Amino acid sequence: MKPFTNFESRMVKLPINNVDTDQIIPARFLKTTSKQGLDQQLFFDWRRDPGFVLNRPESQGLQVLLAGDNFGCGSSREHAPWALTQWGFRAVISTSFADIFKQNSLKNSLLPIVVPPDVHAELFAAEGAVKIDLPNQTLTTPSGRAVRFEVDQFSKHCLVEGVDELGYILAQEALIAVFEQSHPAPIDTLA
Amino acid sequence: MPRTIIEKLWDSHVVHAREGAPTLLFIDLHLVHEVTSPQAFQGLRDRGIKVRRPDLTIATADHSIPTTDRALPIVDEIAAKQLAQLETNCRDFGIRCLGVHSERQGIVHVIGPELGLTQPGMTVVCGDSHTATHGAFGALAFGIGTSEVEQVLATQCLLQRRSKTFQVKVDGTLKPGVSAKDIILALIAKIGIGGGTGCVFEYTGSAIRALTMEERMTVCNMSIEAGSRAGLIAPDDATFEYLSGRPHAPKGAAWDAAVARWKQLPTDEGATYDRTVTIDADALEPMITYGTNPGMGVAINQPVPDPSSVADPLERDSIAKALHYMGLEGGKPLAGHPIDVVFIGSCTNSRISDLRAAAAVLKGRKVSPKVRVMVVPGSQEVKRLAIAEGLPEIFTAAGAEWREPGCSMCIAMNGDQLSPGQYSVSTSNRNFEGRQGKGGRTFLASPLTAAASAITGVVTDVRTLA
Ligand code: SF4
Repeated sequence: MKPFTNFESRMVKLPINNVDTDQIIPARFLKTTSKQGLDQQLFFDWRRDPGFVLNRPESQGLQVLLAGDNFGCGSSREHAPWALTQWGFRAVISTSFADIFKQNSLKNSLLPIVVPPDVHAELFAAEGAVKIDLPNQTLTTPSGRAVRFEVDQFSKHCLVEGVDELGYILAQEALIAVFEQSHPAPIDTLA
Repeated sequence: MPRTIIEKLWDSHVVHAREGAPTLLFIDLHLVHEVTSPQAFQGLRDRGIKVRRPDLTIATADHSIPTTDRALPIVDEIAAKQLAQLETNCRDFGIRCLGVHSERQGIVHVIGPELGLTQPGMTVVCGDSHTATHGAFGALAFGIGTSEVEQVLATQCLLQRRSKTFQVKVDGTLKPGVSAKDIILALIAKIGIGGGTGCVFEYTGSAIRALTMEERMTVCNMSIEAGSRAGLIAPDDATFEYLSGRPHAPKGAAWDAAVARWKQLPTDEGATYDRTVTIDADALEPMITYGTNPGMGVAINQPVPDPSSVADPLERDSIAKALHYMGLEGGKPLAGHPIDVVFIGSCTNSRISDLRAAAAVLKGRKVSPKVRVMVVPGSQEVKRLAIAEGLPEIFTAAGAEWREPGCSMCIAMNGDQLSPGQYSVSTSNRNFEGRQGKGGRTFLASPLTAAASAITGVVTDVRTLA
C-alpha cells in the first residue's frame, strides 16, 4: 500500500441518502476474478444517464466524493472501494457509513470522513476545493473552516505509513498459536 | 459482572487486545464462495502463504451458478471461469469445496447450519453480508470484505472493534399469515437501514423464542439490512434439537459436553444493552417493501408514504427518487398492484419450511398466467427434502418453475433476472435498484405473501385469498 498523503480537490456531489453497494458497482460485474478495470463499472447504471454527475466534464479528475447519509450500505463487496479508488477517489465524505464499507475502504486507501450535519450541508452548498490532512485529522472546507474528523488510530497509522493489516496480523503468529492451543476446534470441515 | 451473549462470544475469542489497536479475534468457521474469494486467494499466492486452518474453512458455489440443469455446460463464460477458479483455489489450498456438482452444494448460509457446522458459541465469517444468518444459533457471525477473507485464510484471525449491544425484543404472538420475515421487515422499517450501524443485535422475547430455527435464521439473516453486521439469538432446546444428528454436530459424550457449554451462553440476568427496541408481535401485519431499500416497508394494507409529507429534504428526495424508480404513487396501498415475477428463494427464505409455506398456498391452485413464478431451493439438501415431500409436483402443477439451488434472482448474477420495468414479489432480502436485474423493481415479502401474489397476479395479502 502506498502511504496516504495530504491532498486538495474539488468534490463530486451525490446528494442521495443510503447509496448502496449495488449502485456503486452492480452485482453483474462481480463475476470477475481480478481487481482491475472496475472503474469502468463504477455507478454503471446511474452513469447511463448523460446528466449523472460523474459524466460531467467538471467532475473528471476529482478525488473527493461528497455523499448523502449512510453511504455504502448493503453487500460486503470490496469491489465498491476498488471501483471508487480506481476511478480516482481518495476520500468519501458523509454523515455516516455502513460498517463493512468503511472497513473495506480503510484497507484500500480510501478515506471515509464522517462530518456533522451542519458541515455536510455547508459542503453541499459550497464551491471550490476541500483540503484533507490525515495526520492532523482535518478537513478544510472551501470557505477555509477547519473541521476535525475522527479516524481510529490504528487505521490512521496503516494509511499514513502505507502498512497493510495482514502483515501486522502475521506478526502475531506466536499469540495465535497459543490461543489455538487453549481453544479446541468444535468442527473439522475436512472430516 | 453480568454479560450479554454478545460479550461472552467476544471475550472467548480474543487472541490479543492492545491499547490503540483493534482486537485480534479468532474465527471458528470461515465460509467461502466464488464471488468474494478469488482476489483473496490471489493475494495468498502473491505472498507465498498457505491457508492456516483448512479444517475450519469450507467453500461452496452459489452466487454465479446457474439454476438450470447441472448436467448442462455453463453458458456464461465469465461465470464458468469464476466457478472453475473456486475449485482450483480450493484444490491448491486444501479446502473442501462443495462445488457445482456436489451433492451438498447450496447457498453458503443455508449449508453451514444444515451440515451442523454452525454451532452455538462460535465466531463465523464469510465474504458476504448475510453471514448474520448463522447468528440464529447463538454464534457471532458477520460479513467481511475480500481483504479480510484473505486475512482469515492466512491467519484464522481478524482485527475487530467492539460493537455496541442492541437488544431487539419481540414479545407476543404472531397472527396467522404473519411470519418471521414480517418481524424483520417491520424492524428495519422501524429503525431504518442505518439504525443498527455499529451494533450487534440480540433478538429476545417470547415471539423470538417461539420461532423454529429456520424462522430464526430468516430474522437474523436480514440484520445487515438494518445496518447491523451481526444479529443473534441465544441457543435453547430448539437449537440443540435442530443440531442433534447433523453431519458435523458433536456426537456421544462430546455432544453432552457441548450442550453443557452452550447452556452457559445466554445473556446473564441483569446484563445491560447499549440500546433496546421493542416490537409488539401481536400488532404485526404482513409487511411489504415499496421502495429501493429494505427499510422502505409498510404493512401490506397500508398506503406507501407520500414524499410531500416528509419534512427532511434529503429524505424526501430519497423517497421521491425511490417511488419514481418503482413507478409508484405515494399515498396508496400496494395491495392490488400488478406484478410480473414471483421469486421464492434466497438465503432469507429458501429452506424447507419456506417451501412448505409456499406449497401450502399454491397447492390445488394455479398461478396467474401473467406471472412467472420461480421456486429455488437453498441447497441440494433442501431440494432432496422437498422432493421427498412431493413439493416440486405442487409447484409445477400450479405453474411455477422448480429450479436448481443457488442465489438466483436474489442477486441476478447467474442469468435469472428481471427485465427493465418488471415488478417482482420476492422473498429475498434486497430491493436496491437493479438488484434483481437492471431496471427491475422488487417488492420484498414473506413466502406466504409471495405465493398468494403468484396466484392473483397482483400484490396480495394471503389472508384475503379465497
Ligand atoms: S441468496 Fe442473495 S443475499 Fe443470500 S448469499 Fe446469495 S446473493 Fe447473497
